Amino acid sequence: MEFNVNHPILFILVGIVIFIVLIQSIFFLVKSWKRGKEIGMDASKLKKIARTAIIFTIAPAIAIVISVITLAKDLGVALPWMRLSVVGSLSYETIAATNAESAMGLTFGSGTALNASQYVTITLVMTISILVGIWLVPLICKRLQNGMIKQEKRDKKWSAIFSDSMFVGMISAFLGYVFCDVADIAKGSTKGLIPVCVLFVAAAVMGIIGLLVKKAKIRGLADYALPISLIFGMASGIPITAWLG
Amino acid sequence: METYETYLNKVHKWGRIWNLSVAAILIAFPFVVALIFHVKPDGHGLILGLLSTAPVYWAVGFVETFTYIPMLGAGGSYLSFVTGNISNLKLPCALNSLEQAEVKANSDEGEVISTISIAVSSITTTIIIFLGVLLIRPLTPILQKEALAPAFENLVPALFGGLAVVFISRSWKIAVAPAIVMLILFIFIPALNAHTVGVVVPFSVLFTLGVSRLMYKKGLLD
Repeated sequence: MEFNVNHPILFILVGIVIFIVLIQSIFFLVKSWKRGKEIGMDASKLKKIARTAIIFTIAPAIAIVISVITLAKDLGVALPWMRLSVVGSLSYETIAATNAESAMGLTFGSGTALNASQYVTITLVMTISILVGIWLVPLICKRLQNGMIKQEKRDKKWSAIFSDSMFVGMISAFLGYVFCDVADIAKGSTKGLIPVCVLFVAAAVMGIIGLLVKKAKIRGLADYALPISLIFGMASGIPITAWLG
Repeated sequence: METYETYLNKVHKWGRIWNLSVAAILIAFPFVVALIFHVKPDGHGLILGLLSTAPVYWAVGFVETFTYIPMLGAGGSYLSFVTGNISNLKLPCALNSLEQAEVKANSDEGEVISTISIAVSSITTTIIIFLGVLLIRPLTPILQKEALAPAFENLVPALFGGLAVVFISRSWKIAVAPAIVMLILFIFIPALNAHTVGVVVPFSVLFTLGVSRLMYKKGLLD
């Protein structure tokens, strides 16, 4: 059988993997939905959570499709389809593929036709490198969760601060990242200000929605505040880039 | 009705079976491809590729797992680490739902909300990527239009701009120190960028926890 990166057999194999993981998502959805009803959450609340999640996911998922297209130039469509539907992430996959290709003397993005051995090697590198989370969660999740529950029972107030601190810590790191190219202004480039301006636009939109919810009592907007601020922020990237880029 | 603890024990059991099975399937994929096409991996390329990728990814994966589990809840953690795209999609999605319901991931209701958000987000992502793959020929020129590129390049700033308003305004006392420290670090250390932000997250979380604990002990968070 002659190999190419878009061989139909690869699509069948990838389709099977994605289908299994899709079943896992449906399994957990059904179980948590049942649990929600059991503890007295009404169906309208559960549906609202699902609706908000769908709307929020659309824009980031389209960005993931763009990554599939980018990776497909070298790796074919099947492998990026699997990696970005299962286990992978936007930022990691390109780096892993680049390292794996350069280890075999290839250049990522050149569109060189890979042979089967190169393809298997790249897939192995990408898989072995990223699997930590999948096997580590089963080993430590229960212990960590029990620790959190014990902490909650011991000191409720600190437990609430602990949760908030984790979220704030994560968000602070990403805030810092948005400013990472600001220093380039010293070199005469204003490009580094683009993400900063986008961040402020999204923040301003979120602030305005907050005011509309509180002052004008448009409560329905609260459910869609994050997706709306996300879309406005992303869209603002177009004129801001034209201005500063 | 079963207790929260009993339900969580079941979630851990299901999660272990699912995650370890998916890990085995993912590892099997390259070997099945090798068998079908009668080839072996390039040993030299494999070792070099792993040396340049695995140590960093393993270190990041290790600290990320410890950092994200308390934020995602049990079901959300098992599912997120299998379906991927955690910091740019699954975690913000769960945070948004938890914030609206005003509950924490490590509570009975929070566990349900976080898991439903992440499961629905995963299913939606899978469907959208599937449609993208199915329509890849007509979609490629549209999605790769130069005019649209800045919108998708700025997904992370747009996402965290909105999230920052919600969480920093609510916990501003906690946020001042880590926000200032992270800004200084990212502005003045060139090595900190899009590729290394994942490594910085756990350190930022630990720093924030330390500062919060200190402020809490001194009664500054009353």
